[in-house]
Amino acid sequence: MTLLGVEDLTMHYSTRGGVVRAVDGVSFSLEKGKVLGLAGESGSGKSSIALTLLRLLPSNAKIIHGNMLLDGEDILAIPEPEFRREIRWRRISLISQAAMNSLNPVFRVGDQIKEAITVHSSLPDAQATMAVKRLLGEVGISQDRYSAFPHELSGGMKQRSIIAMALALDPPLVVADEPTTALDVIVQAQILLLLKSIQRKMHMAMIIITHDLSLVAEMCDDVAIIYGGQIVEYARASKIFHNPKHPYTIGLIRAIPSIEGEKRRLISISGEPPDLIKPPPACRFAPRCQYATQKCNTEDPVLEEVEPGHYSMCWYARDIHL
Amino acid sequence: MTEPRATTHDEVIMEIQDVKTHFNARLGFIQTLMGKRVLIRAVDGVSCDIRRKEIFGLAGESGCGKTTLGRTMLMLEEPTSGSIFYRGKEISALHASQLREIRPKIQIVFQDPYESINPRMTVFEIVAEGVHINSKALDVSSDEKVASMVEKALRLVQLVPPDQFTTRYPHELSGGQRQRVAIARALVMEPEFIVADEPVSMLDVSIRAEVLNVMTTLRDELDLSFLFITHDLALAKHITDRLAIMYLGKFVEVGKSEEVIDEPLHPYTQALIAAIPVPDPDGRKVSVLATGEVPSAVSVPTGCRFHPRCGYAKEICETTEPDLRNVGGDHFVACHFYEEATADFKAKFRKSS
Repeated sequence: MTLLGVEDLTMHYSTRGGVVRAVDGVSFSLEKGKVLGLAGESGSGKSSIALTLLRLLPSNAKIIHGNMLLDGEDILAIPEPEFRREIRWRRISLISQAAMNSLNPVFRVGDQIKEAITVHSSLPDAQATMAVKRLLGEVGISQDRYSAFPHELSGGMKQRSIIAMALALDPPLVVADEPTTALDVIVQAQILLLLKSIQRKMHMAMIIITHDLSLVAEMCDDVAIIYGGQIVEYARASKIFHNPKHPYTIGLIRAIPSIEGEKRRLISISGEPPDLIKPPPACRFAPRCQYATQKCNTEDPVLEEVEPGHYSMCWYARDIHL
Repeated sequence: MTEPRATTHDEVIMEIQDVKTHFNARLGFIQTLMGKRVLIRAVDGVSCDIRRKEIFGLAGESGCGKTTLGRTMLMLEEPTSGSIFYRGKEISALHASQLREIRPKIQIVFQDPYESINPRMTVFEIVAEGVHINSKALDVSSDEKVASMVEKALRLVQLVPPDQFTTRYPHELSGGQRQRVAIARALVMEPEFIVADEPVSMLDVSIRAEVLNVMTTLRDELDLSFLFITHDLALAKHITDRLAIMYLGKFVEVGKSEEVIDEPLHPYTQALIAAIPVPDPDGRKVSVLATGEVPSAVSVPTGCRFHPRCGYAKEICETTEPDLRNVGGDHFVACHFYEEATADFKAKFRKSS
């Protein structure tokens, strides 16, 4: 059953340098209880998609068009006070990037988690405190850390508190924006296993936003590869990794080192990500693409189904392979 | 043989013997008045050598001391004890003025190309700066000579044609190009040894290889040696020749990179490898083999530093620090029970492959 349907979402930032076309015609859907990865490099627009979903955009951002249907209801059309009361945190919550900066240093961790509950629900204080203690247990923090300040917690424990906060109201959808980026690898694995077990236990849908394709392979059912503000490829995770159908995805897979397998020379993608103030005229990847032809510079490719359930935004998707 | 040393036919460029670098932690005013002192044991007894034409990897989690060790090797930090040799000459015993003559030969490339190069200088000025500062040691006096050295360095990092880059400012360059300017700035001195401290961790994956391939080409064609500091073991496997795993100021395992990654012997190395996700949805999944997080270098555990997090720790591990010992070939490990740990690790992870 479809939980979230995003249709033709387009969002621009106005800056002094011009209009940044950060999200450009993005569509995807997410089933209940599934995990979707949005993978892309810096500046690809992946975090902007996350912020749009939670309607946490800065004031210079403008949603040009598109729908976001949560259980069939367009949540972009809901007025902000109602969105804050009914949707944000109750039905969609956020596990933010860089746990180090998302906790307020002068408040106790338990109270910060409790605030997420009391602001978005009518639970009485005593019950909210109980709920926080239960949540701390769920994420592997001992209850006596309720009154610890953020600086008294390690990086992993801070990220666990952020996760507890996101789970506080038992939302059906959690957006995790680079949930482990600042963490060391063993702590990252601890957090990934925690997220996985909670996601399964609560049958929660999750969108993981990351630059790390290995993390996508570890965690996600479906993957959308984001480039230049667009989804350029979308498929089941195993299809993306074993049979990619977009030149950018192929380039990424050749560029990432694997801890397994033979030692090899890594291959980079030549050139630079596009400037989203003045993006390339047609296909945004064309200037870096080894398969590009004249057509790629004049005609916009569309995200097309090349195999059942496998979409690619490339004129030559059927002719290229890893 | 108790230390990871070169065999006689290898040419050793850098050698360190039992190097320790400790810092006094900065405390509050009152605590200082009360005479309180806290020692951070960032590097706590490390020996190794780096051979000609070798990329020696140094990996570990944040706070393990890898950056401090890199800086100490170049005498950018004064070692608390121990000796550092460059081509057999003990540079840790030299005066500042004598050290200045060696400096051009031992260079460093920093992590963040957005921070490490001056935004108000042109590429030419950035790359030439070190030559001007070291003009005596490099015996360079004419401007033409400086210009030709800069041009050569830019060619080596594949910023070609050089005259298209010399007048540009950093903000006109991409991240990968900036980092290559930072490498050129080191190369212009014609060094033999470069410490590369997380040189690609700020760059997007699609452009990392352009910087890494510059490094491997320099190794192959100019016979340069590198200390490659990284937290990314997958990257280390593909780039480095030998690899040392560092934990709380000490090496726990050293060996040929593929051996250390494919046949890890130390429980800590095993925990690191098991925790790294594989870019294959049908491949193995991550597991957690070590509990908790890295303790601070202020309160280093007794005995084996890893014992509070280790699944194989027994009484001896709490009391006796294991030596780094040779277990065949170039492979060294510091663990009392590595055989037991390795057997388990193999059974768990290598059966399927």
